[in-house]
Amino acid sequence: MARAAISRAPVSRAVVRAPRDTAHEGFLTHRRGLWWKVALALSLVVSAAYALIDQSPRPNGGTALGYGLGTLGALLILWLSLLGLRKRIITRGAYSLKAWTSAHVWLGLSLIVVGTLHSGFQFGWNVHTLAWGLMMIVILTGLYGIIVYARLPEQLSANRQEVTQPQMLEAIRALDAHLDNAAQPLGPDDAALVRLSLEKTDIGGSLRQRLGGSYARDGNARALAAVRGEVERQRLAGKPDQRLAQILFLLERKEAALAQARRHIGLKSRLEIWLYIHVPATFALLAALAAHITSVFLYW
Amino acid sequence: MTAHFRIAIIGSGPAGLSAAAHAASLGLAHVLLEKTGHLSDTIYKYQKGKHVMATPAQLVLRAGGDTPFAAGKRETILGAWDARATELKINVRYNAEVTAIAGTGEAIPGSVQKIVTRKRDGSSATTELQRHAPPYRLTLADGGEILADTVILAIGTQGNPNRLACPGGDSAHVQYQLDDPGEYTDEHIFVIGGGDAGIENALGLAADPAQANVVTLVNRGAEFSTAKDANVKALLAARDAGRISIMTGTTPRLVEPGWIVLDTPDGEVRARADRIIARMGSAPPRGFVEACGIEFTSGDRLAYPKLSPVFETTAPGIFVVGALAGYPLIKHCMNQGHDVVEFINGNRDLKPADEPILEAKFAGLPGRRSVADWLERLRSRVSILGGMSPLQMREFMLDSEARFVPAGEIVFERNTPGSSLFGIVEGEVRVEVDPANPAITVPLAAGSIFGEVGLISGRRRGATIRAGSDCILVEISRGAALKLMSAVPAAGREVTRITTTRSLQQIFKSGLTPDDLAGIIATAKVETVRAGEALIREGEAGDDIFIIRSGSMVVEKLIAGKPVFLNYVPAGSYVGEMAVIDGGPRSATVRAAVKADVIRLEGAAFRALLDAKPELLARLRADMADRTRLNNFIEAKKDSFRGLVDMYTGVANFLVDQGVGEATDVLLIDEKLCVGCDNCEKACADSHDGLSRLDREAGRTYAHLHVPTSCRHCEHPHCMADCPPNAIHRGPTGEVYIDETCIGCGNCQRGCPYGVIRMDKVPPKKPWLLSWLLFGNGPGPGEPPKAWAYKHAKKGVETPKKAIKCDMCAGQSGGPACVRACPTGAAIRVSPEQFLTVALLERGAD
Repeated sequence: MARAAISRAPVSRAVVRAPRDTAHEGFLTHRRGLWWKVALALSLVVSAAYALIDQSPRPNGGTALGYGLGTLGALLILWLSLLGLRKRIITRGAYSLKAWTSAHVWLGLSLIVVGTLHSGFQFGWNVHTLAWGLMMIVILTGLYGIIVYARLPEQLSANRQEVTQPQMLEAIRALDAHLDNAAQPLGPDDAALVRLSLEKTDIGGSLRQRLGGSYARDGNARALAAVRGEVERQRLAGKPDQRLAQILFLLERKEAALAQARRHIGLKSRLEIWLYIHVPATFALLAALAAHITSVFLYW
Repeated sequence: MTAHFRIAIIGSGPAGLSAAAHAASLGLAHVLLEKTGHLSDTIYKYQKGKHVMATPAQLVLRAGGDTPFAAGKRETILGAWDARATELKINVRYNAEVTAIAGTGEAIPGSVQKIVTRKRDGSSATTELQRHAPPYRLTLADGGEILADTVILAIGTQGNPNRLACPGGDSAHVQYQLDDPGEYTDEHIFVIGGGDAGIENALGLAADPAQANVVTLVNRGAEFSTAKDANVKALLAARDAGRISIMTGTTPRLVEPGWIVLDTPDGEVRARADRIIARMGSAPPRGFVEACGIEFTSGDRLAYPKLSPVFETTAPGIFVVGALAGYPLIKHCMNQGHDVVEFINGNRDLKPADEPILEAKFAGLPGRRSVADWLERLRSRVSILGGMSPLQMREFMLDSEARFVPAGEIVFERNTPGSSLFGIVEGEVRVEVDPANPAITVPLAAGSIFGEVGLISGRRRGATIRAGSDCILVEISRGAALKLMSAVPAAGREVTRITTTRSLQQIFKSGLTPDDLAGIIATAKVETVRAGEALIREGEAGDDIFIIRSGSMVVEKLIAGKPVFLNYVPAGSYVGEMAVIDGGPRSATVRAAVKADVIRLEGAAFRALLDAKPELLARLRADMADRTRLNNFIEAKKDSFRGLVDMYTGVANFLVDQGVGEATDVLLIDEKLCVGCDNCEKACADSHDGLSRLDREAGRTYAHLHVPTSCRHCEHPHCMADCPPNAIHRGPTGEVYIDETCIGCGNCQRGCPYGVIRMDKVPPKKPWLLSWLLFGNGPGPGEPPKAWAYKHAKKGVETPKKAIKCDMCAGQSGGPACVRACPTGAAIRVSPEQFLTVALLERGAD
């Protein structure tokens, strides 16, 4: 990640452009790390208050500080959950989704401190601890999200090699067409192997395959292994069948194309999968939070 | 006996047909000669079902015109015209190609035309042609002859396709156009010619494997030098996919029924050919037109015939209308067809159809003059307009604006974008040369021009201009100014001289007057440098100094045997001053990033100037100290961070290769941050009628820096070069945008070397976002899928395909939506001089 352009090359010119914000910073360091500083300060202030302010008989959500922390936490949770809307509503005004993400990430992490101190470390099998638990699930999945956002884009870019996803799929389709052509003169047994590749190949595969990256039992992999064995056997016996050697070549190319597409899909899945827990858990958290607040006021 | 007509009209396109229709309704003896077997061949050849547009909207179609026209489907328009031609009993002769027109009357004394023909080797020959008075004899290709008192030439600019010269070239299976590639199946087809037309035809024929055509493209050269890059790439991809065969260095030798014989680099080849499509370019109609005794305004390839206000050429009684006269739009053509027949019929008071438009342009000016008066006043007052004819002035004024500016008002401000040129008709303006002190001004008097730096370099305005007294100014759009400079060469030279003087004044400041500069201007030469060519080479002797007029340069230095990128130099800057000052050899190599125009000033003359102006020397030394510091910085880095300096050079060269050198504003994506959410594309679509103007994933990548397919807002946009309705402009914040007058012709899309313009229909409106979020209505954020748009399109309403491109979200206070909506900060929009700096080094250093 890079910092803003600090120095400029000395270029003499007649026409100077108007200055414009082109800061090239990632969301973690947005505005020279403004939001991690804010979040850290918030956590320190809250911790100091917890340590220094006398809460008798014991730290609890019901003391003055507890109410304060609870209100702060609830407001934070509400605001943090609005990121999903902000991302989708494209307005014309000056806003930066990067700034929102930056604040979302760092303030979200500080919620660990705010929320936990609000509980006064009293946990039990009740709706209050359920809300805390859901909050921790949301935060921890978010933490995982930060880690993959920081590490995977580089791999995604390197794997893509300037090829777009539709082009990857198109390349596989083109190889299928070649395979289909090349298989016409083959005998039924060999043709069945090609059909195995054409019909039993699942590019994306199951979720487990996408995350694990193991496609050894897939149609093309099995067809490739069988044809490779067959060509090898023929080679040892003398001259291999040229048509089958051509099939082997195409299957190998398809396997390579599949591998690239699958790495791409796998990386994209890992960049997204956590959201499938993060977002529903947020909705559950909002519900639990409502129950927690209502019950506290009803049964107080 | 040869038939004799009052009017012979050649060409049955919108202009010719409208002329014939008017002649028929006036009951004049006329004949309409059409080369092909149907009316309006150019529109006839449009793709089936194409939506033909009727722009400019402000131009009215003559109420007295006899031919109907409104925007609509090709078939509807052609049908209406055919019906009208029958109804008016227009005397049409089909398949009548005119090969020569000659006067049969007395020789006109003193009326001799010189025709200059240029040969390929650069030499030229001049033939003289004595003009004869009407009536004219029109010789037809089939040997027939026609006599006519007046001739209306409405043949357009398409010309005639070049024919296959080899034996058998006139066989039945040789054709010169391809209307519908889907028509042919199971054929062996040879496409001759590796230009855009040939490549597009070949790709079309091979596009659908189900058609099972065996397509071969034959190209005379080894490379496809005249075709667009995108087409060549598509062709090579099609070859690699096995869909097309390519034969380069090959020419046809003989055509036999069902076969073709070719000369290839490896010898003669005979191949099966069910169909041969020859796309070898076309001969422009200029030769034919000149042979009729019609003079052109200049030798320029794009020049038009010289015309009087009533469209009469230098050959009395021969008139030129339509695209050949320089009016490519259908409504223009139809109006002119009507008008020219009125003129021939003796109506000399007819006001042109554009009269109301021009009236509106002059309406705001003081001193109630007629349009003709104003045009004459402009022409006689503003020096560079002096060489124009009244008809050229009308045309010129349609693309220009006349403005009254009260004393003290600002005409334009420093640093605002703008590429128009201003001429001072009355009054004077003051140039605020010093941004720090607006009191220091230089006056410019009536007759002079300003704004030429923006025009030439495409960069922002260099100074604020304020009206010194009440002024009348004429603002000339870039397109009109370029047309003017090519039509009137003296105007071009004058603009160049003024530009050179003023850019010297602006760059070197130090109170230089035009008199100080006269000596050095005399040595100035404008030179064009091809992309990648070195202007200055490190280590060579030489002390000329160069001002970059348009385009941009990169500065490189050899360090440890490898060229290291030092700097990016935009238009408006100068290079080469170090050698003048320290007298040593060149200290670095300067190479053109894109095709660039430079002004070369001789070192000796420049040194004389420096001797006379010590403060200029001091200024140059200060600039030079900056550059030396940069050199030292790189030198210092290279030992400790060898890899880093290489990376810096690599990234800089990559960006220059991607056209960043001619960009003014480019979208870059840091792929170390991009998570592939495509929110940039969604934001783009949602802030622009539901169509995304950017393709994030496509495009090149180097060192995780990705240049997506998205507009770079070039200094001299390629898309603007050939827009018939002039719908592409540069906006007030520097963006290049397409306005609503787009006719969907696709010229800009073909002209863009970066493939950032798409032709598409605006999809129907989506349901509200919350209704999608809560109830799943509609397709959600971003561009709706084609199927959804098709299903929800309003029935019975035809939405035309128009050109769509990035407008930098002009008018949206937040700036570009793609950048605003990027959640991780991967997307940034920068100008090259902001990005191609040592900041790149710091990028790598983290």
